[in-house]
Amino acid sequence: MALVTADWSPMGDAFYRKTELYAMSWSSKFDISNHLVAAAPYGGPLALMQDISRHEKVSASVRPKVSIFTASGNEICSFLWKSGRVIHLAWSLAEDLLFVQDDGQVLTYDIFGSYKGTCTLGNEVKTTKAAEARTFSCLSHTGLAVMTSALRFMVTTNLSKHRAMNYPEPPALCAPPSCWAACYQDRRAILIVASAHDLFLLEPGNVTLVTPPGLSVPVNCYLDASVSFNGKLLALYTDSGHIWMGHTTLKEKIGEFETRNPMRPVQLEWCDNVDGSVPAVVAMWDEMLLVAGPKRDLQIQYPLDSPSYLVPEMDGVRVLNITAHDFLHRVPDSCVEVFRIGSMAPGALLLEASKEYEAGSQKADEYLREIREKSGLEHAVEQCITTAAYEYEPTTQKALLRAASFGKCFLQAYRPENFVEMCRTLRLLNALRDYTVGLPLSYTQLQQLTVTVLVDRLVQRRMFPLAIRVCELLHLPERQGRSRVLEHWACYKVMTMKAEDEERLPKLIHERLGDTTGISYEEVAARATDMGRTELAVRLLDYEARAEKQVPLLMRLKRWELALLKAIESGDTDLVYMVIVDLKGVLNQTDFYFTLRKYPVARNLQLKDLESQISALNDAATEFSKAKNDFAAKATEEQFRLLRQQKQHSQKLGLDLLHLSLHATILKLLRSGHVAIAERFVRDHRLPDRRWWWLKVEALAYLGDWQELEKFSKSKKSPIGYQPFVDACLKHGNRFEARKYIHKLPPEQKVKGCLATGELEMAIDTASERKSEDDLALILSRLPSSIEPRVNDKLEALRNQLGRR
Amino acid sequence: MARPCPAASLPDFSILNHNHRDQLIHLLELLPGRKDLFIDPALMPLLDRITGSSVLKKHEVDKFFKLDGKHIPGGCEQRFFLIRPEESMVKIVADSLNADKACSFRRKCKIIFTPRKLFCCDTILELEGVYGDVSCEEWECDLVPVYDDVLSMEIPAFFRDFFLEGNQCWLYTVAKSLCKLQSIYGTFGKVYGIGRSAKMVNELMEAFSGDFEDGTNGKGNNWSLFLIDRDVDFVTPLCSQVTFQGLLDDVFTIKCGSVEFGSEVTGSEKNVKINLGSGDKVFAEICDQHFSNVFGFLSSKAKTLQASYDKRHGMDIRNMKDFVANELRMLKQQHRFLSLYIGACEVIMKKKMKGDLKEQLKVEHALFEGTDTKRCISYIEECINRQCPLPEVLRLLCLLSVTEGGLLPNDLRNLKNHLLQSYGTEQLLTLANLRRAGLLADQQPLETMGKLVADKTVGKAVDVSNVTSSHLVLVFFLGGCSFSEIAALRFLGRSKGYRFVVGTTALTNSPRLLEALMDA
Repeated sequence: MALVTADWSPMGDAFYRKTELYAMSWSSKFDISNHLVAAAPYGGPLALMQDISRHEKVSASVRPKVSIFTASGNEICSFLWKSGRVIHLAWSLAEDLLFVQDDGQVLTYDIFGSYKGTCTLGNEVKTTKAAEARTFSCLSHTGLAVMTSALRFMVTTNLSKHRAMNYPEPPALCAPPSCWAACYQDRRAILIVASAHDLFLLEPGNVTLVTPPGLSVPVNCYLDASVSFNGKLLALYTDSGHIWMGHTTLKEKIGEFETRNPMRPVQLEWCDNVDGSVPAVVAMWDEMLLVAGPKRDLQIQYPLDSPSYLVPEMDGVRVLNITAHDFLHRVPDSCVEVFRIGSMAPGALLLEASKEYEAGSQKADEYLREIREKSGLEHAVEQCITTAAYEYEPTTQKALLRAASFGKCFLQAYRPENFVEMCRTLRLLNALRDYTVGLPLSYTQLQQLTVTVLVDRLVQRRMFPLAIRVCELLHLPERQGRSRVLEHWACYKVMTMKAEDEERLPKLIHERLGDTTGISYEEVAARATDMGRTELAVRLLDYEARAEKQVPLLMRLKRWELALLKAIESGDTDLVYMVIVDLKGVLNQTDFYFTLRKYPVARNLQLKDLESQISALNDAATEFSKAKNDFAAKATEEQFRLLRQQKQHSQKLGLDLLHLSLHATILKLLRSGHVAIAERFVRDHRLPDRRWWWLKVEALAYLGDWQELEKFSKSKKSPIGYQPFVDACLKHGNRFEARKYIHKLPPEQKVKGCLATGELEMAIDTASERKSEDDLALILSRLPSSIEPRVNDKLEALRNQLGRR
Repeated sequence: MARPCPAASLPDFSILNHNHRDQLIHLLELLPGRKDLFIDPALMPLLDRITGSSVLKKHEVDKFFKLDGKHIPGGCEQRFFLIRPEESMVKIVADSLNADKACSFRRKCKIIFTPRKLFCCDTILELEGVYGDVSCEEWECDLVPVYDDVLSMEIPAFFRDFFLEGNQCWLYTVAKSLCKLQSIYGTFGKVYGIGRSAKMVNELMEAFSGDFEDGTNGKGNNWSLFLIDRDVDFVTPLCSQVTFQGLLDDVFTIKCGSVEFGSEVTGSEKNVKINLGSGDKVFAEICDQHFSNVFGFLSSKAKTLQASYDKRHGMDIRNMKDFVANELRMLKQQHRFLSLYIGACEVIMKKKMKGDLKEQLKVEHALFEGTDTKRCISYIEECINRQCPLPEVLRLLCLLSVTEGGLLPNDLRNLKNHLLQSYGTEQLLTLANLRRAGLLADQQPLETMGKLVADKTVGKAVDVSNVTSSHLVLVFFLGGCSFSEIAALRFLGRSKGYRFVVGTTALTNSPRLLEALMDA
């Protein structure tokens, strides 16, 4: 292990270091300064495009070359640019390469150089031509700001979705601004535009003239502006060589640095950090790299031997040139504590102890004792583990982890999760940093990016085996990890399939994917459908277990019968409906019914639909007789007759009889005194005698025609007994009339009738005649609260007679 | 593996409630900001059961409206509609959206379907031209614990949809909910089923099993599942109910475990709603009792309550303070409940006894014994002539048909004729429905008498102890079950040392069962 601090440079209390990530293996030698360069953050791919506008003699026929490399300089692809003039090149957050053309078109390509789509910024940009563009990140989207040659600004916060928005013009802007920057704050994009010594803040519908607070010298011109990775900080470079650092709101200043260099830097970037301490600004000139802190003396200079390009990251800046790819960042505090010369931090002591132990020296014990005296062993172990995260050299990582593992032997009940987790993560990071993969992620960046996104990126780079290994290493759940990767692999296979593979491929895919949980064959099949490979899609769909995914796609593929079959098999009627409705629109009627006949379940559902349409009685009668349902046919015909009669009499009598049942019709007629007509209905519809008696009794009682009721009761022996007479009288509130019929009741109902009409005495008499215990019980249960003494005596007698109580 | 404990303890089903509530709240938060909630009237009791309005108000629900077809202009800029996936409800929602459109008022609307959205809903939205104006969500509120041991899906439509129209869409929901239940409370050791839909549900459950991860890792309950189709036994729900709770349901209609008493019970202007599943001890004791015992029980309870009140006479100050602090509130609460129960009893007596309950029960007994069919038929005829409520008449008619294994063609024709004359020819459809559901049939000449006893379902019934080793059994009724059946299962559980959990698509009784089959 070489001296770790060898490449550290102090700046105030802090240290900065430039760690070499890769010696670049560009395929050919070229000059970066002649190219448009775009580098995706999080160790993403690099894109270079010959910048023909810088050549003096430009002929329209020149087609610039575009090359895409991994961060280690391996060429992924290259192609000749055949479209319009490109003014800006950038990577979106999803690692798509964006070409912003001067006519306002933005072309999207993936990292393999295949075209994905175009969106446009509108007519205004098209006519006035875009001059400059800036990309910025807003939440999870990529935003784009464009300045037209007419010095108007257009901004969109989500390239794929939103239309470009016109920003107000800063006043008195007649020449192109000396510099401008874009960032995203409080759900809106903000532009900072400098016109000579004026600085404007552009928001939707609002322009404000601002002065950076606390600038020590007057400014004639702002030369450069740069926004930090998280969009919160702003650096301004003035013509006097001062760098102003502050918040993007321009309300607060963090610091100021004097470079004494009035020359505009080639590139100005923030060197961010995540632990909240003050970040630094990196300014690059042709031969010098300056790291400037927020105070006068805080600076580090690095000489540059070839043109370079700065790539800001969340925890530092990557410096890229033709020979090397370095990572310039502040040394994290834990590293400083462990490695600083003469450090007595517990981590440093533990590392020392572990080294001595390996060398077989008793000093190890001394060191350990010292740590334990300060009771900092646990802290020491944690420190070694954390520090390992930030070291790039595997030997250093190993030494630190070995120290941690050595230290934790002396701890009781130490939970090893952190240690194990770190070992896994470092193994992962080291594998990713390998130059064949070329993803130089730092530990902090990985935490921010999350493992799932990382797996996505690997999949995007078509590194399927590595992605699966990552999932396995980190024990990702199947659904999030392995099966997702496999699904993408299958989609890729389908998309790149050759015609002769059509037979073999579904089987191959199924062998590899098997029944892994969470695999969605539907996705793969949908991809095949998009490619126009119907047969393949159908065969893939056969492996899909979830019918609700299977059926819609089969319908899209016009495999109606198969869709119907699968829908029925699934037991989900809803799916069956879906197929039927579509089927009806597609097939002609004969075929439709023919298909349905094969599937009884489907036919049931179809019938329900039909039935609701049968409304007219006419149809019903015909249908019934066709169906040989004599009863129903007759009933319907009667209903015809009834309706016709109802209509006739309704008009004649001014009564609303329509839609009443026969019973209700006759009752209404009787109640309104149209006895003769009622009797006609009775004859016409052959109303049974019993019903007629029920109706008549009810109607007469309703009318209070007690005389007629009594006459009716005597007209012949009642076919319905006399209880209804009693009930009807009582119902219409005539107890007195009710009593008339009690003597006609059969003995077993008499007592009840007596009680109902209030004839308690008669009830008792009847009960005593019948010698019925049930009757007595009934009487007792309905006993009023006060009774005459005479009745009471009778009751007592009855009780005695029946021998109760 | 028989466990020594006589009865397994009940799993805590309130988790289901919590899950439903969390899901609903999550859906409501999809549209941040204030919103109005329009609710399918049929879902009101369900929503009450799952969450109170105060919880919803906390999540920025401004006002609640009953979705009854009246357009309500104004209100919040965001609206939620909570409905069952029924054509009529979707139409009402679409009308409301169109009314907004007509006065060119733009607002954000979401429809929440529960337990799931059906394809026909989309079609209606499309037909009404509002498909693009709303977004739809699903609230998988399937099994709701209405009592400690009763889980109901509250989908009364199941009965008609499946047994009459052969529509299987609810089976899917049932199977899914049972799988969900397994993933929370442990996998069913064994599944038994009787009936067509039971078989289908079981098959669907097997198909879904891959989709659900077994969250409990086998440490769940050792329980079994019995799936029972409603059409296996129509006799029980068609019988008159005689338990207190059954009668409460018949007279007042219990909705999702709550019952609302009107002024006739409370004796005041205000209606009172009580939650029967809240664990009131008195109710727990009387709910499954024969109604004739309830009155006596309640009056003795009232006496002990009075005695507890009277204790306060002759107390010294300190005891009095204790009494007021602890007991008085409880006593007051008990007093309130008790007076409600007694009031309800009186109303039940008034309504049921008037209609000759005794005569009716006699007829029912005669039906079971198959002794005096003639008299039964004439009794039914009399009911028809007297214009008794149609469901009541249909109940007896169906009971007659089911117990006798169908009616003689002549009798049937006569009764049908009477029925149509009394209630209108449109009831022809109802009669056809009853026939299709198997509730009304012509007697097949070859079949012998004494149907009920020799019935094939009874022959197949097995003692639970022979089949299952687990002491916890979920009995799931596909098509609804009545309170009498729940009471019977509780009784069986107590006497045999099992714990039965009742699952059902809805709680039903004979009027609801028959009304579901009525057309017109």
